[in-house]
Amino acid sequence: MAHALVAEKHPLDDLIRTDRMPHIWCPGCGIGIVMRCYAQAILESGIPVEQHVIVSGIGCAARTPGYMNLDSYHTTHGRPIPFATGLKLVKPELMVTVFSGDGDLAAIGGNHLIHAARRNVDIKVICINNFNYGMTGGQVGPTTPLGAKTTTTPYGNPENPFNFPYLLAAAGAVFVSRWTTIHARQVKEDILYTFHKPGFTFIEVLAPCPVGFGKSNNIDEGVEEMWLYRRRCVLAGRVPDETPWEALQVDLREERPIVVGRFVDEERPVYRPVRLEDKPSEHRG
Amino acid sequence: MKVYARQPVDLHRMRVPRGQVYLIPERCKGCRMCVDFCPQQVLQVSTARNSKGYHYPEVTPGKEESCVNCQFCMLMCPEFAIFSVEVDSL
Amino acid sequence: MKGRAILTGEHFMHGDHACTEGAIAAGCRFFAGYPITPSTEIAERMAQRLPEVGGVFIQMEDEIASILAIIGASAAGTRAMSATSGPGFSLMMENIGLAVMMEIPIVIVDVQRGSPSTGLPTLPGQADVMQARWGSHGDYAIAAYAPWSPQEMFDLTVLAFNVADRFRIPVMVMSDEVVGHMVERVVIPPEEQIPRWERKRPTVPPENGFRPFLAEDDDLVPPLAHAGEGYRVHFTGLTHDERGYPDMSAETHHRLVTRLVEKVRRNADAMIRYEGYGLEDAKIVVISYGCTARSARRAIGQARAAGIPAGLLRLISLWPFPEKPLRELARQAEAFIVAEMNLGQMICEVERYVAQPVIGVNHAGGAMIPPAPILEAIEEVATRGARIGRRKASAG
Repeated sequence: MAHALVAEKHPLDDLIRTDRMPHIWCPGCGIGIVMRCYAQAILESGIPVEQHVIVSGIGCAARTPGYMNLDSYHTTHGRPIPFATGLKLVKPELMVTVFSGDGDLAAIGGNHLIHAARRNVDIKVICINNFNYGMTGGQVGPTTPLGAKTTTTPYGNPENPFNFPYLLAAAGAVFVSRWTTIHARQVKEDILYTFHKPGFTFIEVLAPCPVGFGKSNNIDEGVEEMWLYRRRCVLAGRVPDETPWEALQVDLREERPIVVGRFVDEERPVYRPVRLEDKPSEHRG
Repeated sequence: MKVYARQPVDLHRMRVPRGQVYLIPERCKGCRMCVDFCPQQVLQVSTARNSKGYHYPEVTPGKEESCVNCQFCMLMCPEFAIFSVEVDSL
Repeated sequence: MKGRAILTGEHFMHGDHACTEGAIAAGCRFFAGYPITPSTEIAERMAQRLPEVGGVFIQMEDEIASILAIIGASAAGTRAMSATSGPGFSLMMENIGLAVMMEIPIVIVDVQRGSPSTGLPTLPGQADVMQARWGSHGDYAIAAYAPWSPQEMFDLTVLAFNVADRFRIPVMVMSDEVVGHMVERVVIPPEEQIPRWERKRPTVPPENGFRPFLAEDDDLVPPLAHAGEGYRVHFTGLTHDERGYPDMSAETHHRLVTRLVEKVRRNADAMIRYEGYGLEDAKIVVISYGCTARSARRAIGQARAAGIPAGLLRLISLWPFPEKPLRELARQAEAFIVAEMNLGQMICEVERYVAQPVIGVNHAGGAMIPPAPILEAIEEVATRGARIGRRKASAG
């Protein structure tokens, strides 16, 4: 090719509200990469697009439903999971995916997160973890590393962060994996895999947030954080015998391994509302 | 990106795909993910700007035939602004 | 044997249970709730009955999860309800606003108890009525009904679903512990006599021309597309334009919020319900609702027996507020008395529409206001004329 050609359409444009592009996310932000993986997985899912539903709460990642050309629900902060639960229980044939951020899902939405995992509700969760509240300009979040600087921790974060894979495994999710935005192929593969895996599945994707987290923790550009992922990521062995849960802790400011991979992939009965037809006859007195 | 991939033993028999890169310049925000992570260093930041003032990528002179359509530029792009398509292969 | 959805016939039924039966008879097939006295019996009955009629019952981890679950269920196309009391009602406030903004119909039953805070869990109150109207943040409008009997727990829950679905708004049933926990005669009509106002649905097939938040009819209600029908609609709590796309302009915001409020005001007549007792010649009009209205009716009976021209206007819809009957009564009445189990809330609404003195008969909650303090207020007004201004006659 002599040079790059200008295109009218991107291969995934039919799944996107192109009349709303370019999207809101900052240059170097990783959310768009994960949105593309989700769109690609939908295309390859074999499930009609009309049966895909995307639900989010509030935050940068939560703007994704607005850009996806699907039945999309942009709910309130921390509340996509119960909304998705109600929707899924009424129309089980729909593939309901919650697509939101670390603060939305695990801080204000934490109670719903662990209960939906405990129940093993058949919804798919994609959690963009950029280690801070990006939409509001870079405040400390539930995964911000101890000591990290943010606009609300000017003297360093005094709190210990969540370790999402460990948390979700303990809460009862039947599938837990973590990748970064550089692992775009694996992210798409795992989303596709969870479309065909009944139960509560949780995919954490670390994503650069140059403006929110990066600027105050000397990772100035998104591409810089991507290099950091590429340099530090290691595939997990079997957890916990080969890789202890504690090893999954992440602190982007330190030059130590970031453990990625699939941590949980098991079978458990999916949450089913009581149906009298399934019950033995003596219940139907 | 420095690539340490070893030379495939069956390179003489295998067909190496050729790619044509496509851009939607208006969507680009100049994050350089595609430029940095193209395994063949096909792309570089151009001096051209879109209406928002972002420099979008262009094919590096001398790399016109280096794209193997691995599509990693599309995978790395957060803006849905770049992709590649296979063209005739050598 | 699939349980019957409509238990046509005469019952001696618990108020909360009658509420559940009303919901199921109205076609409610999804309930998400959380235990809280004095509404738990609604959830318990739902847990028993919904599986019998192919519905879904789920007890969520809190009331916030409960209201989100019913909004999600309604978005998928089913009639959905939750029931709670003061503390849970407060937790639901933010997302009543979400249901308003997304125009997704839901029904919330608030069996009021002594409040504020934990208050008197097992005892009645009526102090959430302004919260029902203004509890969420921002300008918005909803409907709310106040049953005064198990029969009305049934009837008004049916009405609540019809109003919610027809106008795409959240509707509250503002019951109280007395009405919720009493057992009384409840007649459940046959199916054909249970009114059903359907949701307005899209008439055009899904293609990119469909604008889901464009209200073309003069009732200002856009057609509602459900999840999974191919309309690929975007629902958001953000201010949005007719396409449902977020739009941060002040002009779009004003247009949207004005429509959401006007939608209720313009259709108020279809929503408003009230009843009059002895109003034809009433010079002194008592206004009351819920369990307190039972005492008020006794009091005006006693007053009329004593030759005092007193009447009762019972508010069945608290919101939209029945202003028309009040304006008409203001042409004949010399004074108004508002009896309510709070320190004066609906009295503020009454005062907006009448020039005459308005006297409050109030109690902060915990016990029904008996007829006596209402009768005393009537007699006082009758004997000393209407010269006295607004004065609280304590019912304590």
